[in-house]
Amino acid sequence: MLNYILRRLVYAAIMIVLVSFVSFVIIKLPPGDFLTQKVEQLRARGDRSAEARIEDYRIRYGLDRPFIEQYVGWVTKFVQGDFGESFEYERPVKDLLGERLTMTVILALATLIFTWAIAIPLGVYSAVKQYSIGDQIISVFSFIGLGMPGFLLALLILYFAITVLNQEATGLFSQQYVDAPWSIGRVLDLLNHLWIPAIVSAVTGTGGLIRIMRGNLLETLGQPFIEAARARGLANRTVIWKHAVRMAINPLIVILGSEAIPSIITGNALVSIVLNLPTIGPLFVESLRKLDMYMAGTCIVFFTLLLLIGNLLADLVLAWVDPRIRLE
Amino acid sequence: MAKPSPELKKKPISQSYWSLVWWRFKKNKLAIVGGILLIVMYFSFVAVPEFISPYDLERRSEYTEARPQTIRFVDQNGKFHLRPFVYGLERKVDPVARRRSYVENPDRVYEIYFFTKGDPYKLFGLIPADIHLFGTKSDDPAASVFIMGTDSLGRDYFSRIMYGGRLSLMIGLIGQFLTLLLGSVLGAISGYYGGRVDIIIQRVTEFLAAFPDIPLFMALAAAIPAYWSPILVYFMLTVILAFVRWGGLARQVRGLILSLREREFVLAAKSFGADDSRLMFRHLLPGTMSHVIVIATLSIPGMILAETALSWLGLGLRAPLTSWGVLLQESMTVYAIRFAPWLLWTIPFLLIVILAYNMLGDGLRDALDPYGAR
Repeated sequence: MLNYILRRLVYAAIMIVLVSFVSFVIIKLPPGDFLTQKVEQLRARGDRSAEARIEDYRIRYGLDRPFIEQYVGWVTKFVQGDFGESFEYERPVKDLLGERLTMTVILALATLIFTWAIAIPLGVYSAVKQYSIGDQIISVFSFIGLGMPGFLLALLILYFAITVLNQEATGLFSQQYVDAPWSIGRVLDLLNHLWIPAIVSAVTGTGGLIRIMRGNLLETLGQPFIEAARARGLANRTVIWKHAVRMAINPLIVILGSEAIPSIITGNALVSIVLNLPTIGPLFVESLRKLDMYMAGTCIVFFTLLLLIGNLLADLVLAWVDPRIRLE
Repeated sequence: MAKPSPELKKKPISQSYWSLVWWRFKKNKLAIVGGILLIVMYFSFVAVPEFISPYDLERRSEYTEARPQTIRFVDQNGKFHLRPFVYGLERKVDPVARRRSYVENPDRVYEIYFFTKGDPYKLFGLIPADIHLFGTKSDDPAASVFIMGTDSLGRDYFSRIMYGGRLSLMIGLIGQFLTLLLGSVLGAISGYYGGRVDIIIQRVTEFLAAFPDIPLFMALAAAIPAYWSPILVYFMLTVILAFVRWGGLARQVRGLILSLREREFVLAAKSFGADDSRLMFRHLLPGTMSHVIVIATLSIPGMILAETALSWLGLGLRAPLTSWGVLLQESMTVYAIRFAPWLLWTIPFLLIVILAYNMLGDGLRDALDPYGAR
């Protein structure tokens, strides 16, 4: 086990180095990015304070040094917690991300718990009562959810909310509650806005989980040890939840690591943009659109780091719950 | 004596793989519907959108953000007409909201004719023509038929959706083709040669998989210089889509090749003196094709959606080009949804395409394994 963990850790470390390098290449890739523009602008002004700013930028971002040196400088600062400056907002990237981080994590965790709390029981029900009417209905819904892109669904629900319910439910709070202290009215207002993202994630996020849970459980239920458990006279509930589901849920751990954990900070960027949610996703897209590359690059590094950590955790947890993997 | 029943007279005929596949595919009604839908859509959106749309892509009218004109058969006196017609649009200014809007005026009736003369175009980019599937024949310059309304520049939205479909649908096909090419060739090489080549290719695919794909798409798309020509941007976008996606396919092909490599027919071919490339591309790769086709069909919608999302965010195709994503840009604000909801007409078209591909892919998955138990 220790050997396995060590191997995975070394592998993850190599990946992190490579990923950081590619992220820096991406930062430097777009011609005419914000930094270059900024320097051009300042140079056009030509006065002394502008020259000083250019000089400042040149030292800070190492503009006249070779690429590798620039990269090393960037990584060193990144590790120390200096992610550079957002040129659009003229503020440190760290502050901008920090402002949105809490809301992003809360929203993502809520989504995660919500989707899993729906998907697992439905998947189990679907498998245990295979081909029943309930199973058929769940299957149709999960197929729709699998094919339906979240941002289009969000647009359609928004259309419904605006035209039928006459409710402009974008953002998380109405105007008067944005900066208000917490009160019952504010909570109700929040709930009034949260139902659209909730439906979107319930439809699009659960489809795949339900299908996988159903498929795995069906396979597990056909195995001899289930029959043996039943023959021992165990209650049906115990057989299903303690024996079958316990086995069938393993592949979902991988999904939890590779999809759910990264989504905690990425959120669903596209849905967030449609619904105007104050998460990191829209900030990232906006920075790409404006070629505000230090901001975008920092986001990419974090998204990727989280994906790597998620995969690593999934592998470790899987090795812990399933002894067969350790022996490889 | 009773005649022998027709079944008894039939000799057992041997069935080729593909005829078995077809026989099996035919039984899946949903897949057939999906396939037909796709053929119809690709024909009308990619081949002849100029003919089906009543107006030219860039033809501007005086009606900006006009509501769709309802196609009617019954006039205001309750009389039924066999020939469909629309009411003319009348401008109205809402004094409170300070907004211009349009209402239908039942006194101005424009009949809809089929195969009418309209804006000139070149069919298939070659043959000059000016016949459109439908349109008005009226001499009145204010005559119009906007079945899905107009956009903020007064362009017929239905025509724009028809034209936009061409780029959106083609990017899925071309992108998938490139992915297929990259993925299957590299996957085959990786699986066939093994050793160092295999390790390198596998590490590259793992590395690509280490990036979350939507942010990676966006970052690469953002790096396309704004001054490039639209065609080049379109091409680059396709390449990016393929580049980010080939890894998964390559791994699957590799796995299949690994198992096929040990089969007897490979040994037979080898003993006949077939060289590596012949073995790989004539004997091994075809064996993976049924699997690959299914994956490809099921991942085309993802490609189409990726383009739509990128263009919609302003990171993909840009204004002179028209794709469904570019069209969606206009409909994303709350204002647009409230006052010009017909700009959401793009979404049903997208959903139908996605659904059709999923139905077809699902049917293919069952059909391409005709020897499998079911």
